[in-house]
Amino acid sequence: MASATHAAVTAPDPDVVHGGHGYATNTGISNTKLGMWLFLGSECLLFGGLISTYLLYRHPAPGTGPAPSELYDIPFTSITSFVLLMSSLTMVLAVSALEGGDHFKFRLWTVATALLGSVFISGQVYEFTAFVHEGMGFTTNRSSSAFFTLTGFHGVHVTIGIVMLVSLLLFSLRGHLPRERAEVVEVVGLYWHFVDIVWILIFTVVYLIPG
Amino acid sequence: MSDLVPASPTGTGTLALPEGPSLTKPSSPLGVFSRPTTKTGWRAWVTTIDHKRIGIMYGAAALVFFIIGGCEALLIRAQLWAPKQHLLSEEMYNQVFTMHGTTMVFLVVMPIGAAFANYLMPLQIGARDVAFPRINAFSVWAFIFGGIFLNSSWLLGGGADGGWFNYAPNSGVLYSPTHGIDFWNLGLIITGVASLTGAVNLIVTVLNMRAPGMGLMKMPVFTWMTLVTQFLLLFAIPVLTAAQFLLMFDRLFGANFFNIKEGANPLLWENLFWVFGHPEVYLMILPAFGLVSDMLPVFSRKPIFGYPFIVFSGVAIGFMGWGVWAHHMFVSGIGPVSVTVFSLTTMFIAVPTGVKILNWTATMWGGKLRFDTPLLFCCGLITMFTIGGLSGVTHSVAPADTQQTDTYYIVAHFHYVLFGGAFFGFMGGFYFYWPKVFGYRLNETLGKWNFWVMLLGFNLTFGPMHILGLQGMARRYASYLPEDGFTFWNKLATIGAFTLATSVAIFLFNIFYSKVKAKDLPPPGPDPWDARTIEWMIPSPTPEYNFDPIPTVTTLDDFWYRKYGETEDGRVVRIAATEDVAQPVHDAHVHLPSPSYWPIVTAFGLPIVAYGLIFSLWLCIPGGLIVIAGLYGWATEHPDDPEDATHHVPGPDHLEGDDSDAEHTGDAGEAEKEVVPVG
Repeated sequence: MASATHAAVTAPDPDVVHGGHGYATNTGISNTKLGMWLFLGSECLLFGGLISTYLLYRHPAPGTGPAPSELYDIPFTSITSFVLLMSSLTMVLAVSALEGGDHFKFRLWTVATALLGSVFISGQVYEFTAFVHEGMGFTTNRSSSAFFTLTGFHGVHVTIGIVMLVSLLLFSLRGHLPRERAEVVEVVGLYWHFVDIVWILIFTVVYLIPG
Repeated sequence: MSDLVPASPTGTGTLALPEGPSLTKPSSPLGVFSRPTTKTGWRAWVTTIDHKRIGIMYGAAALVFFIIGGCEALLIRAQLWAPKQHLLSEEMYNQVFTMHGTTMVFLVVMPIGAAFANYLMPLQIGARDVAFPRINAFSVWAFIFGGIFLNSSWLLGGGADGGWFNYAPNSGVLYSPTHGIDFWNLGLIITGVASLTGAVNLIVTVLNMRAPGMGLMKMPVFTWMTLVTQFLLLFAIPVLTAAQFLLMFDRLFGANFFNIKEGANPLLWENLFWVFGHPEVYLMILPAFGLVSDMLPVFSRKPIFGYPFIVFSGVAIGFMGWGVWAHHMFVSGIGPVSVTVFSLTTMFIAVPTGVKILNWTATMWGGKLRFDTPLLFCCGLITMFTIGGLSGVTHSVAPADTQQTDTYYIVAHFHYVLFGGAFFGFMGGFYFYWPKVFGYRLNETLGKWNFWVMLLGFNLTFGPMHILGLQGMARRYASYLPEDGFTFWNKLATIGAFTLATSVAIFLFNIFYSKVKAKDLPPPGPDPWDARTIEWMIPSPTPEYNFDPIPTVTTLDDFWYRKYGETEDGRVVRIAATEDVAQPVHDAHVHLPSPSYWPIVTAFGLPIVAYGLIFSLWLCIPGGLIVIAGLYGWATEHPDDPEDATHHVPGPDHLEGDDSDAEHTGDAGEAEKEVVPVG
């Protein structure tokens, strides 16, 4: 930001980088971005609780139906996981396009990100349906409850991310998302990357590591 | 759709897209809905995003819930007045003590902490408002609606009945078939959302919005304790939320997390709950610690003894509070290694608490003590919390704890720390900050009566419970037998409880009495206590814009050192009259963010979704639609009031090439950065 604006203000403590001007902050990180980081820190504990629960219950009690690990289609889930991870790339491209003022590319990459996210969600819906057909529903046993809750919570997070991306797209199309507000997109991007990272963890812990 | 906004005089019409037609509404990048402008009447309170009004609403709602929870306590004590009484049925008794605990923890102590944090913290750091004022309004409404939702269970089939921690599987449908625990789950998830958004908001405020010169180690202790408390909330609440989702899925949708028949682990709930629950007790006490640390130096006329130690012991409590949870579970069979480890950590966490007690005592030592009501309550906190802390250390000795678990000894302990600790601190804070908030002082004579009656009633109620507990009287039993030998001490405790109720009545009476009497008294002025921190340099009651101009802070207790200096031999001398260094009342043209309807709309949808989950999933649709409509209304309303566009401070990226803005409007736009509904 404009250093000239701040130079005029006396700030005796090196800890403080701003003066009376509104938008510079003590940490140099904007409020919105810091808020998102804190929120994501909190989300870690939410997923931490759910992942711990899954680890405790990864094996069903004997004779209570199939374990999730007996039904996994690892190649299929690997592909949808790859699709989700690629959406982080398109998200980065969207942010950088808007920062460069290229609204067409921003919209393009935002649509791409939302589409990739939707492919992942469709894959999850397909997977859930297949599991239910194979005899493992939400209430079948303790492992199935833990599995559907953990992956379902993640799926809801991705869905909320898609809704935010589509909203950004609409704002942009209506001319309400100028280059100056690129930070809004960056903050949504933080959320999106976080959800991806959580999926890397879940995919490893739930699908790949044998119990 | 919306009013046209005059072009900004500073010529920052940079919002037109580089390509495409330029916008006709240059200063409203996302503006679709206009914002309310009312400043008086009920509508102003409903739409307010002013941190001070929000703080007052937190406090007022908490006092209402305090009266509800207090009545529940009196019912419990009336039931135990004599052996074999049946004022309440066993089922009703279970509900009453569960709701008493839940109400006092989640709807009284936590929100009073939030009330002080919201009102005071921005003033103590010299900010105009919190970082996200609309999210702040959402937090208070979510808390209020969550609390009402939780208490509506009384009218809709009965309250929760599994104890405030609702151990699963005892809280499953099998053992608790009414909807009480569903109300408990969903109500606390809603208040949890309120706490979480509040935590994000307040942490960002402390870290980002301090006045020039106010480094972290120049912040008042209360602000520090708010920071620690909000970090604890940020990380503790989601664990409870996760656990409550699991329990909710079990109860409403037949999941198997706590279904023993399906091999569920009965310790899962206990672990999740107490990983939340122990940080929870520290986040209830730390705000009161902060208040006391700010009040004691004022009434001792000395700086706080060992400021860095006070601060870092609070931070240490915050960290160590995460490593002691299993001391709630010593009798649940967690094994000797776990018991040993958690015994040790529990003993260790007494150390930073002891440091604080030492520092407070040393602050008073040699001070010019002025025993006004706030100081009396501070002394009450120090002594009563020490008793509660010591009985807490006896729990860390696992063999002793085995005898104490689930007896009245535990009840005595946590009331000594939460009532004798947190609540005494809050009472002191009420008396201390009342003139700053409402512009009149509470009557001192009544205040002293309030304190002594409360101290007497408190000790009469909870002192005997130590003895009852060690004699073996179990918690949560609806009755006892004459031959148990519990009668005498129970009668004493019941007398004490009604004495406590009397002291609360004195407090409530004092509020109205002093308000009436204040008409004939001179106004308290900005600094009635000759205080030290910068919130006392602004007029009482606080003007809407807080500070004008924003002060530049040079030292800890900045306001004090504007009034007093030291001679070479270390004597304190006055160097300036209070009137000269305090800020005068004037009609400042400070642009503040406008009120908004959307926070309350969004929060209102949450309990409707919750009712839907319990009674009929169809109800979730309108509830969900209200939430979504609220969020979109929120995201697309004018970032600010168009009427004030002439004062509009350009957004962050507009600062470039624009240094012509008047200083008075300096912080004005700060608040308006939440655009996308991020949570």
